[in-house]
Amino acid sequence: MEWETVIGLEVHAQLSTNSKIFSGASTAFGAEPNTQACAIDLGFPGVLPVLNAEVVNMAIKLGLGIHAEIAKRSVFARKNYFYPDLPKGYQISQFELPVVGKGYLDILLEDGTSKRIGITRAHLEEDAGKSLHEDFHGMSGIDLNRAGTPLLEIVSEPDMRSAKEAIAYLKTLHSLVRYLGICDGNMQEGSFRCDANVSVRRKGETKLGTRTELKNINSFRFVERAINYEVERQIALIEEGGKVKQETLLFDPAKNETRTMRSKEEANDYRYFPDPDLLPLLITEEQIEKVRSHLPELPQQKHQRFMEQYGLSAYDATVLVSSQAMADYFETAVVASGGQAKLTANWVAGELSAALNKSDMDIIDSPVSAAELGKLVLRIADDTISGKIAKTVFECLWNKEGDVDQIIDKQGLKQVTDSSAIEALIEKILEANPQQVADYRSGKDKLFGFFVGQAMKESGGKLNPKQLNDLLKEKLASGA
Amino acid sequence: MFTKSIAELSQALQTKKISSHELTQMYLERIKQFDKKLNSFITVTEEHALQAAKKADVQLAIGNANILTGIPVAQKDIFCTQGVKTSCGSKMLDNFISPYDATVIKRFNAAGMVMLGKTNMDEFAMGSSNENSYYGPVKNPWNLEYVPGGSSGGSAAAVAANLAPAATGTDTGGSIRQPAAFCGISGIKPTYGRVSRYGMIAFASSLDQGGLFAKSAEDLALLLNVIAGFDENDSTSATIAAPYYATTLNNSLKGLRIGLPKEFFNEALDKDIANAIQAAVKVYEKLGATIHEISLPRTSLSIPAYYVIAPAECSSNLARFDGVRYGHRCDAPKDLEDLYKRSRSEGFGKEVTRRIMIGTYALSAGYFDAYYLKAQKIRRLVAQDFHEAFKSVDVILGPTTPSPAFKLGEKTSDPLSMYLSDIYTIAVNLAGLPGMSIPAGFTAGLPIGMQLIGNAFGEAKLLNIAHGYQKETDWHTKTPEGF
Repeated sequence: MEWETVIGLEVHAQLSTNSKIFSGASTAFGAEPNTQACAIDLGFPGVLPVLNAEVVNMAIKLGLGIHAEIAKRSVFARKNYFYPDLPKGYQISQFELPVVGKGYLDILLEDGTSKRIGITRAHLEEDAGKSLHEDFHGMSGIDLNRAGTPLLEIVSEPDMRSAKEAIAYLKTLHSLVRYLGICDGNMQEGSFRCDANVSVRRKGETKLGTRTELKNINSFRFVERAINYEVERQIALIEEGGKVKQETLLFDPAKNETRTMRSKEEANDYRYFPDPDLLPLLITEEQIEKVRSHLPELPQQKHQRFMEQYGLSAYDATVLVSSQAMADYFETAVVASGGQAKLTANWVAGELSAALNKSDMDIIDSPVSAAELGKLVLRIADDTISGKIAKTVFECLWNKEGDVDQIIDKQGLKQVTDSSAIEALIEKILEANPQQVADYRSGKDKLFGFFVGQAMKESGGKLNPKQLNDLLKEKLASGA
Repeated sequence: MFTKSIAELSQALQTKKISSHELTQMYLERIKQFDKKLNSFITVTEEHALQAAKKADVQLAIGNANILTGIPVAQKDIFCTQGVKTSCGSKMLDNFISPYDATVIKRFNAAGMVMLGKTNMDEFAMGSSNENSYYGPVKNPWNLEYVPGGSSGGSAAAVAANLAPAATGTDTGGSIRQPAAFCGISGIKPTYGRVSRYGMIAFASSLDQGGLFAKSAEDLALLLNVIAGFDENDSTSATIAAPYYATTLNNSLKGLRIGLPKEFFNEALDKDIANAIQAAVKVYEKLGATIHEISLPRTSLSIPAYYVIAPAECSSNLARFDGVRYGHRCDAPKDLEDLYKRSRSEGFGKEVTRRIMIGTYALSAGYFDAYYLKAQKIRRLVAQDFHEAFKSVDVILGPTTPSPAFKLGEKTSDPLSMYLSDIYTIAVNLAGLPGMSIPAGFTAGLPIGMQLIGNAFGEAKLLNIAHGYQKETDWHTKTPEGF
């Protein structure tokens, strides 16, 4: 039996404003509990919300970034439920009339093709506080610092067909919100959170299966594991003759399984109604145009440009535009390399990215500057050093042992291009290995590599590979 | 001194005939002497008051005072006052000391006025008789066996008995106008958005509006300028600038077009009240006004619409009282649900509980369209009635209530008949319009209130019309016997 997976994602992106969505309290992460909550965040009697104008601009930015309709009039609504970390007993959100309507995001799949994922809507809302259940001796602690932090909830269509697609969508959206400067994307701190709606159906079936909702899966890795686990669970359940129940599940990364949080019957009736404390949010065409005129180049446009301007592959372009910082680094390095775009791309996406990953570093903290990496590429291109030697130089750069030329000089890594010196070395090697020379000349072509290896070993890898090849062929042929 | 108008008190303060300290002391003495009978105050802030009076006296001495500096005022206990218990008439907030001042309180303080204390009220402003207070009912100073009206019953009784020259109130469905009528004083509910709601504990946010009680329209005009105007802390407050209300008080009423809604004068209306209103109409005719019969056909629908919208909003507004951060918390809760259930059922009184349940029901899935949405449609139609009427008249005049004050306990077992006593006032809140009640006579020793309804932001005109009547009559100068 062939199964198809259907996934829709809800992402909560915390907007990077200085103050909260409806109060002047700070949004900074990590303060002492309850030190960043004012009377409004605490839901004191008599307080009223006043909308932070900055969040509206951020919502417009997202709307433009996902090619969506931006509502000229949207409405804040109250979502009513009781929970200790929800001070007012309701969350101010948007329900029937969200600020951002239908849009889409194009994602790149592993096979190099692209797929369009529909976005249903995005709406503004306030975050709740946090309940802390440890260290309180059977009681719970409440930290309301996060209460009132602005969020954009971005809801996709059920357009994804595998965990891999879901990850690709999440990464694309993650990159977009960071490019737009509306969310820092920090998943550990909860700035970018994801809930996944997952269902399965038999291939060819057009009706959607019963879905479950996976809550708060806060790393790309967990999203993939949680979805895969849930898909297998649902398929096994149906194949055994069971039925999927509509319910909300929590993923436990330690046990690598999902467990029930609440069933559909236990689901809250949120009793949404328009918040009478806030006027409808009105957005003018001028306001939208003003935001549009200040938009940075977005990942998709940059991707296109990198392919056209630098002749990069779709894959390289995808890696390089994954963050604004990476893209900026690449472009600076290309200039320093004298325009060696492809080679620079290989180095940024290859050696540099690997080194950064290994030390868990962000590219803005790279010990090797873009200018130095570009210079290194230039030295490969102008035959000062070989690609292999360049790796040694890169390591020195990483360890802050000087600039590119200093390192090459000091360690004598400059490539030998003097043909008489190369010829002398070749002769020496041929003399030392008469048997191999004879074998080669009698038809064992494969021994060519042996001679190259010997020459490189003897020279410490500094011979210009092309020159060596040419001269070696000449010498071996001439003796025949 | 205590029968003087605010303008006269101001004159006495400015000319140093009396100090604010002396004046404040006098009112505090009167509260001590008379409030045992009335129960109009929940908290008397004697120390605060005398300190504020001293400050006011310094301002008066150095010539830095404005017209209201040093004048005492009583605050309905629904307005948050920093460092002072703000109970909202509820056990739920019996232990609540507000950490901040409501915008209205801030503005009174900035004007140099002196808060005497916090007045009694129906719990969370839900009620029409002040019998729903955790602190016991307020008595009507005209007859102690009768209710003062509600929800701002304490403020109205205090002003009527001259325990304060003025007081604040809030009006969600008539909570200023009805007690003003029952207690024989002047009250104004401004246009929705005219006075900031910040720090005014919410009952039904789209209907609540802060306002005032005083002995006359003239006094109200001076006071309204203290609290009217935009507040950046209240998104629903109006940005339209407030005019200086005292300057237009004496405008001529010649040619004024007065509309009498025929729906207000039916068999449900008390005969004496009907006669008093007709007599008032005669006064206006004498002043050059023309009288027009108008129709507000959806009047009868306003009560059912109101009793869906107001409870719906209240069910959400009162969710914050959960025993977690402040207010009443039950003893030794077993778990979270127990904490919620017991804290809330112990903290809230019967009427509040009833409205939370009605509102929760009206907003529930499956009922929302039939109740909440339909009520909102009716609300728009009610507003449209007024809109139509104001095409042909400048003001709408009628009784404030269908009957005078009723006896304590008379309607407590019948909430529906209690709700119906707000028939003339509720539509005004649904439409967000300004309304006033001013004294217009007596029936069996109890005051009769006349209601004036204006167009949006027409407070200046309303005060002008009320003042015109009060120059011709002396109902507003009467004081209940024994006070």
